[in-house]
Amino acid sequence: MSTTTAGVIFILSLLAALAVAYRYLGDYLFRVVAAERHGRVERGIYRALGVDPDAEQSWGVYARSVLAFSLVSILGLYAFLRLQDLVFRVPDFAASIDERVFPHLAWNTAVSFVTNTNWQAYSGESTMTHLVQMAGLAVQNFVSAAVGIAVAVALVRGFARRKSERLGNFWVDLTRITLRILLPIAAVAAVLLIVGGVVQNLTDGTAATTLTGAQQHLTGGPVASQEAIKELGTNGGGFYNVNSAHPFENPNAWTDWLEIFLLTVIPFALPRVFGRMVKDNRQGYAILAVMAIIAVAGVALTNVFELQHAGTVPQAVGAALEGKDVRFGVSNSATFAAATTLTSTGAVNSFHDSYTALGGMMPIVNMMLGEVAPGGVGSGLYGMLIIAVITVFVAGLMVGRTPEYLGKKIGAREIKFASMYFLITPALVLIGVAAAMATGNWSTQLNVGPHGFSEVVYAFTSAANNNGSAFAGITVNTPWWDTALGLAMLLGRFLPLIFVLGLAGSLARQAPVPASAGTLPTHKPLFIGMVVGVVVILVALTFLPALALGPLAEGL
Amino acid sequence: MTVTSVATPNPRREARKVGGGLLDPKQLWKSLPDALRKLNPATLWRNPVMLIVEVGAVFTTLLAITQPSWFSWAITVWLWLTVLFANLAEAVAEGRGKAQAATLRNAKKDTMARRLIGWSEGAAATQYREESVAASALAQGDVVVVEAGQVIPGDGDVVEGIASVDESAITGESAPVIRESGGDRSAVTGGTKVLSDRIVVRITQKPGESFIDRMIGLVEGANRQKTPNEIALNILLAALTIIFLLAVVTLQPMAIYAKAWQGAAPDTASFGPAGISGIVLVSLLVCLIPTTIGALLSAIGIAGMDRLVQRNVLAMSGRAVEAAGDVNTLLLDKTGTITLGNRQAWEFLPAAGVTPAQLADAAQLASFADETPEGRSIVVLAKEQYGLRAREEGLMPHATFIPFTAQTRMSGVDLAENGEVRQIRKGAASAVMKWVRDNGGHPSDDVGPAVDAISGQGGTPLVVAELAAGQPARALGVIHLKDVVKSGMRERFDEMRRMGIRTIMITGDNPLTAKAIADEAGVDDFLAEATPEDKLALIRKEQEGGRLVAMTGDGTNDAPALAQADVGVAMNTGTSAAKEAGNMVDLDSDPTKLIEIVEIGKQLLITRGALTTFSIANDIAKYFAIIPAMFAVVYPSLDTLNIMRLSSPESAILSAVVFNALIIIALIPLSLRGVRYTPSSASKLLTRNLWIYGLGGIVAPFIGIKIIDMVISLIPGIS
Repeated sequence: MSTTTAGVIFILSLLAALAVAYRYLGDYLFRVVAAERHGRVERGIYRALGVDPDAEQSWGVYARSVLAFSLVSILGLYAFLRLQDLVFRVPDFAASIDERVFPHLAWNTAVSFVTNTNWQAYSGESTMTHLVQMAGLAVQNFVSAAVGIAVAVALVRGFARRKSERLGNFWVDLTRITLRILLPIAAVAAVLLIVGGVVQNLTDGTAATTLTGAQQHLTGGPVASQEAIKELGTNGGGFYNVNSAHPFENPNAWTDWLEIFLLTVIPFALPRVFGRMVKDNRQGYAILAVMAIIAVAGVALTNVFELQHAGTVPQAVGAALEGKDVRFGVSNSATFAAATTLTSTGAVNSFHDSYTALGGMMPIVNMMLGEVAPGGVGSGLYGMLIIAVITVFVAGLMVGRTPEYLGKKIGAREIKFASMYFLITPALVLIGVAAAMATGNWSTQLNVGPHGFSEVVYAFTSAANNNGSAFAGITVNTPWWDTALGLAMLLGRFLPLIFVLGLAGSLARQAPVPASAGTLPTHKPLFIGMVVGVVVILVALTFLPALALGPLAEGL
Repeated sequence: MTVTSVATPNPRREARKVGGGLLDPKQLWKSLPDALRKLNPATLWRNPVMLIVEVGAVFTTLLAITQPSWFSWAITVWLWLTVLFANLAEAVAEGRGKAQAATLRNAKKDTMARRLIGWSEGAAATQYREESVAASALAQGDVVVVEAGQVIPGDGDVVEGIASVDESAITGESAPVIRESGGDRSAVTGGTKVLSDRIVVRITQKPGESFIDRMIGLVEGANRQKTPNEIALNILLAALTIIFLLAVVTLQPMAIYAKAWQGAAPDTASFGPAGISGIVLVSLLVCLIPTTIGALLSAIGIAGMDRLVQRNVLAMSGRAVEAAGDVNTLLLDKTGTITLGNRQAWEFLPAAGVTPAQLADAAQLASFADETPEGRSIVVLAKEQYGLRAREEGLMPHATFIPFTAQTRMSGVDLAENGEVRQIRKGAASAVMKWVRDNGGHPSDDVGPAVDAISGQGGTPLVVAELAAGQPARALGVIHLKDVVKSGMRERFDEMRRMGIRTIMITGDNPLTAKAIADEAGVDDFLAEATPEDKLALIRKEQEGGRLVAMTGDGTNDAPALAQADVGVAMNTGTSAAKEAGNMVDLDSDPTKLIEIVEIGKQLLITRGALTTFSIANDIAKYFAIIPAMFAVVYPSLDTLNIMRLSSPESAILSAVVFNALIIIALIPLSLRGVRYTPSSASKLLTRNLWIYGLGGIVAPFIGIKIIDMVISLIPGIS
């Protein structure tokens, strides 16, 4: 079986599995977020938090709850990381200065995990203790994902409700999503990964003798449990430095398949929740279709560019295999790279920096699209709905009515929130890149020119979009980079989130206008095509100059 | 007595209209001074997109002065032209309104008013005195007297008397209208002229806030406020502008890095070690920000109002015009809107033993003296169906006509023929039947059922009977009078339905009659036996469901409903209360116009959306022109993107800037006229506009820039 055929089968079977999950997982997610009753454990949590689970919140209160929770998370994780460095550090563990958790790294890492970015400016296996991995990072892997889903659900409630000030209760959403959705699926996935060969232990590691006779320390740890939620919650922070390219994290092709499935399954199932909640499944299918079209195009183009293996060395060698593991081959690596950047995961099973110029551009473009196809858990859906709102606005004017989406009018207030949402990420990326170039914070000697520039673009695109994958090549564990990227992650997560909730609030307040023949249908292919067009054109227009100086200059 | 002015098109009104949409080049020239005045940043700040272009133009002017070259001067000139063209678009749109305002001002001459002190209703002439004051000094509540030949000094209601008034200054309609105290035709407008008789008017306006003042303000667009959709669109455009501003500003450090790395690349005037030249960066910025829609946005809004004015409709705010496009439900009065003003004879149903022609003849004879529209329609129907020539009243010396009275409820004629008198009566079924019985006759068996059948269909049955000498009276048959639905209404309503608008007919008729007419006209629903309260409740109910409602009205009792409706069109013939309550006034007092108003509202929104799409789609081609032009000198491989094969980097950038400016001028006529609108479903409209303005917006600049580049490359001494 040629690598191309294998790649196609890999992708098609994934699509089939995701299609099944859309329906069934989607319905389950809907039941969870729409449920009336509280579980016993949940009631205990609400009592401990002092929350009345049946009191719903206005958008302002919801947003404040999200921010307060996240602030506490960041401070807690920061303290935990610093504590590890100062107190719990095993003497030989931090032998190298590079493996210390300095304040700037602790800040960067805390922000990174709370914002669901999981950008890692450190090597997991050498810098972090098992305790921090399990009690610090893994916890955030769960709750940061739950925050994303909760906000998406709140936005959908905005569409679904009529003349209401209430968007639900953040604490209830957070608890339920964590306990009823993420934990059970992650548990099953962890077992499957262990079956596939992913390690799960609490040892310090084993010493091994390599083929050449050298001694090597093979780090062990609770990898499978971490790996499951890393993918499921579109987090992406690897237990090991090389992430899913490490054989203990991702031993073979089918675990690779499973990991891609896990990182796309919730984002692809959430449009179903949207369809169910607004009582029109066709709307869910339409959003799914937009996501699927862009995702398939992104995966296909990455594959095509990598399989063409343009460039002097790949042409001479006959394949673009640098930075890819032969366990996965070119195609599956390209698919993983596309999937991880189309979502906000950022896990990698190959090194994007080593991709061909245009193949390496694709992960950047995927992230620049705003990670909406299907995007991060929750963030993908709300990002896509914002794009849909903007599309509705322009398209709605063209049918001669005040634009409305699902009967909700898109007026000045709504378009203000939507515009600010889509302003944030490009602003952070462009300002960040320009600042890095202006201050000389670019790559090492080895990576200069267009490729070195691409690395900088990649870093800020990844941080601002809360992806977390990297082009590597740059030494990012410096105060400047840790601070700058930390800010990009923080603002790139929470400002959009506030705007999303603001939009949800103003939508919920409206009484929907009944649909008629004069209403723009938002479930038809024409609209789906328009949303795809808006996603692509807005991004192309914003980032084309930057892309021209990076991957395009290198690859054309 | 009610007298309706008969609307006949007249040359004067046609002359008052400003050219129907086609742009007269002379108008551009005439608007140039205004356009130049608008370059003032204090004026331009209302339009952030164009303000940025102006700031860019100032910047490039400074650069061109310090480092002169043909390229920097060419770019500078075209950037200034871009701003100027945008101002020109607005100035032209406003110019049309100004012409109309000038006509109106003529009507607002200083008049003297004859104020009555101590006047009260029914007071004798001795109980009050008269004084002469300037019209501008009149206060609300003052009472004035106006006699033939005098100009009414202010808006008000007639409280005594009746007069014919020339309202052509406002409506452009030269046929005089009747204004009388009481009822729904009591409102008079300041500046109009009394042609006959004498009326006493109570002033209802505040000084300086007359109808004409408001009209002048509206057509001039002096206090034009941005409409909700315009505000929302402006926010989106501002966001896009910020993004492109960021993209351009942040480009410089990136470009400097690229240049430093490619040390071997030659320095050029536009791209040296210090980065890209300011001229090129400003050009890129101006090309990317949505200047096309930014330049035309306010012109589109003004032109939308203007299109209404040209149809003799005054919208009190742009918001109302926009709301018209959003309307979900139209409330239409039956009479005058859906049906012709009056019931008309539809068919003759003869009784047994009577031929249709006999019945028609008798009915016609009985109707000669009947000057009501119903009566005349009987004469016409008899003539059309049976060739019965209308006989003039004067030609029938032996006829004595019996007029209709409320007591007898019938009319007729007594014909003296050969010394014998033949009486013919026509009227309400019960009255005529009684007359037949009183005169010894028996109504035949088929008359009763025919009467019932007509009533059941919502028509009005008139029975015709005769009494010839020496015979008992007999019923000849029944005339079926029915409401005649105006031609083309069904098609209009079908159109409305395709647009997603529900039409509801409002009528005072009983439900049976209402249903028959509703079915025939093809409206979606009807409200029968409607009182003003019912109307208001219906509007509230529709709005409760999130729908926007439009209606027309003229009477004082319509005022609450007009105020409640999202679009309330008051008839100019109506009361001042109605005109005050509505947010539009139709000077022609044509209720059917509501449908046109909705279409104009939609067209306004579509024009905005279409040009926004066009503007954004244009950027793709501009990138393909500018990016290779900027960067190919550093990274030659980027010349691959120069798919238009533009002749030189300078020419490419200049072509993009020139195209960007010219497209504004090219689209001025479209923004004034509005994009073509045919009522159809949202899907169809979107498909059509997306093809034309989306795809067209992508393709047009590729062609336009290429052509401009070819022209520029022909100019000697350049590149």
